[in-house]
Amino acid sequence: MEKLKYALFTGCTAKESTPEQMMATLAVANKLGIELVELTEASCCGASHLQDYDDFLSLVLNARNIAYAEKHGLTMVTICNTCQLNTAMTKHRLDHNAELKAKVNAKLSEVGLEYKGTSQITHFLYAIIDDFGLDKIKEMVVKPLSQFNIAPFYGCHNIRPSELQNETHKGHENPYKPTSLDDLIIACGGASVDYEEKNKCCGFHAELQAPRTAAILTGNAVAGAMDANADWMVTPCPLCHLKLDTQTHHASVAIGREVSLPVLHMQQMVGLALGCTSAELGLNHHVTKVNFV
Amino acid sequence: MDTIKSKQVTFKVFRFNEETDYLPYYNTYTLDVTHEEVVLDILNRIKWDHDGSLSYRRSCRHGICGVCSIKANGKGILACKTRLFDLVETFGSEITLEPLSIKRAIKDLIIDKKDFWDKHAQVQPFLVSDIEEHPAQEHLVSPHDAEKLLEADYCIQCGACHYSCPALAINEEFIGPAAFAAAYRFSADVRDEASLERLHVVNEEAQGVWDCVKCMECAEVCPKEVNPIEKITKLHNMVFEANIAKNNVATRHAVGFAHSIEKHGLLDEGELVRYSEGNIGVLKHVPVALKMFAKGKIVLPWNMPKADKLDEIKKLVKSSSTVKF
Ligand code: SF4
Ligand code: SF4
Ligand code: SF4
Ligand code: SF4
Ligand code: FES
Repeated sequence: MEKLKYALFTGCTAKESTPEQMMATLAVANKLGIELVELTEASCCGASHLQDYDDFLSLVLNARNIAYAEKHGLTMVTICNTCQLNTAMTKHRLDHNAELKAKVNAKLSEVGLEYKGTSQITHFLYAIIDDFGLDKIKEMVVKPLSQFNIAPFYGCHNIRPSELQNETHKGHENPYKPTSLDDLIIACGGASVDYEEKNKCCGFHAELQAPRTAAILTGNAVAGAMDANADWMVTPCPLCHLKLDTQTHHASVAIGREVSLPVLHMQQMVGLALGCTSAELGLNHHVTKVNFV
Repeated sequence: MDTIKSKQVTFKVFRFNEETDYLPYYNTYTLDVTHEEVVLDILNRIKWDHDGSLSYRRSCRHGICGVCSIKANGKGILACKTRLFDLVETFGSEITLEPLSIKRAIKDLIIDKKDFWDKHAQVQPFLVSDIEEHPAQEHLVSPHDAEKLLEADYCIQCGACHYSCPALAINEEFIGPAAFAAAYRFSADVRDEASLERLHVVNEEAQGVWDCVKCMECAEVCPKEVNPIEKITKLHNMVFEANIAKNNVATRHAVGFAHSIEKHGLLDEGELVRYSEGNIGVLKHVPVALKMFAKGKIVLPWNMPKADKLDEIKKLVKSSSTVKF
């Protein structure tokens, strides 16, 4: 197989509050022989909030990020669900609206760039499942996670709205019964746990504005995973990770029950199965201690 | 290969009668279903062949009246539009049929939708316009102006989004996706004169657009592709454009992204929280911040990473900004 190569849009979180996610992404890409060209020029995608304030500015900035991936002639790979949604949504809107695309390009031309629409955008989860292949991952597993019940937490912005998501990656994932992360858990040798909240929202985006709502959603998710006998949770989204890993105290108070589970980034889980060390995967950067390695 | 004409499906149907039952229960029926049958056909068959007391709403049978919406394995659907074979493809051959809201069940699949209509009433879901009694000519809306509604007028008030919204399930004050879509539908109408009043309603904390958690479920579940979250984003924009955005944690949180991007290209996470919450409000985040700091999860201001070619980003933020706060 030809070596897989992507333009990596890291987003901000991987550079700030989830450094372990960046480490694990690079470690796993290295193990799998996937080449990642980091888009160091990229700006923040606006995290689904900038567009509430200034939709056009959000479009221009996201189009600029994609334009850099296009310059490399590569598919853009994201490692944050919300980055994925914002970037894919921008692409969808520009590719389906010539007038808007022209308006955005008029701005980009001020800095010598153009959005063409030539790069695809996919999340790293789908890059390794669809492009690299689960079977190949399975073959490479050296330390299967066979002792663990693992609760997948998909995060909204990778699975909804499915019409958009399935256009930009080959997930063909049904948001009411997503399977990708479950399949990945199984490929890594673990047992995937079914629970009601696995495709629900963790509340991250309303954490400051609606703290009670956000805390209850997180509490419900962790409680759901605990009640289904999960040893730990896994998520493809650093924002979900932040919420589930660092906010369980508020969540416990909000739902009136002590809840807490270790939460791994999807890359960390794959990395463990592939034999990466916990230092390479940054497992010491978690607030909720990863107590099993 | 022959196309499969029928499949055996087990239905678990929610039963409850407010007048005689303390607790709900489920009845199970195993039926052969054909590829053209929709959920409503099954409900009819159960009622006609097995249990005449099963209650559910239906009227148009064409996805127009919106009364037949229920949940199948947790997914909001129109019973008259949803083919069984599609459900089986997603969920397998065990299908659980429940009312849109178990909390609001009156009899079996029928719920009391009062809260849904109350939320609508809050946003004046009608055209407010001073129209002459004897106009000299028609009041025409150009196709271009009609497009501004973004098909929000396709809503059939089925309630599928409303009863799937996680923000609303927790925060009863929240107006919810369907009523927000209605607020947008009439406020975006060129003939309407109550836009500002509606924007004030959706701009309130707790009930307004700021409490949406952006889960995208309303866009996913809507059988009419109304895409309520898109309208919610529009309402946010209209609040800023109308210059009625309050200076609070929610608005500063949205605006803070623009500031941060202009300065670093990237989001300064710590500064966003401080700017949004204010110097006092930020204190409540200190305990978690300390724990995060201990784990190397907080970047100190002087180590804040910056995007390459920051000059480009700064220039674009200046030239492409369309609103002020
Ligand atoms: S969603 Fe978050 S991580 Fe992704 S670019 Fe935006 S702020 Fe950064
Ligand atoms: S908070 Fe997590 S689960 Fe909710 S929308 Fe964001 S990524 Fe999705
Ligand atoms: S996106 Fe917002 S309004 Fe829509 S269902 Fe989710 S929380 Fe509710
Ligand atoms: S927006 Fe869609 S899902 Fe919500 S009430 Fe209207 S038609 Fe039903
Ligand atoms: S019966 Fe009218 S929409 Fe289903």
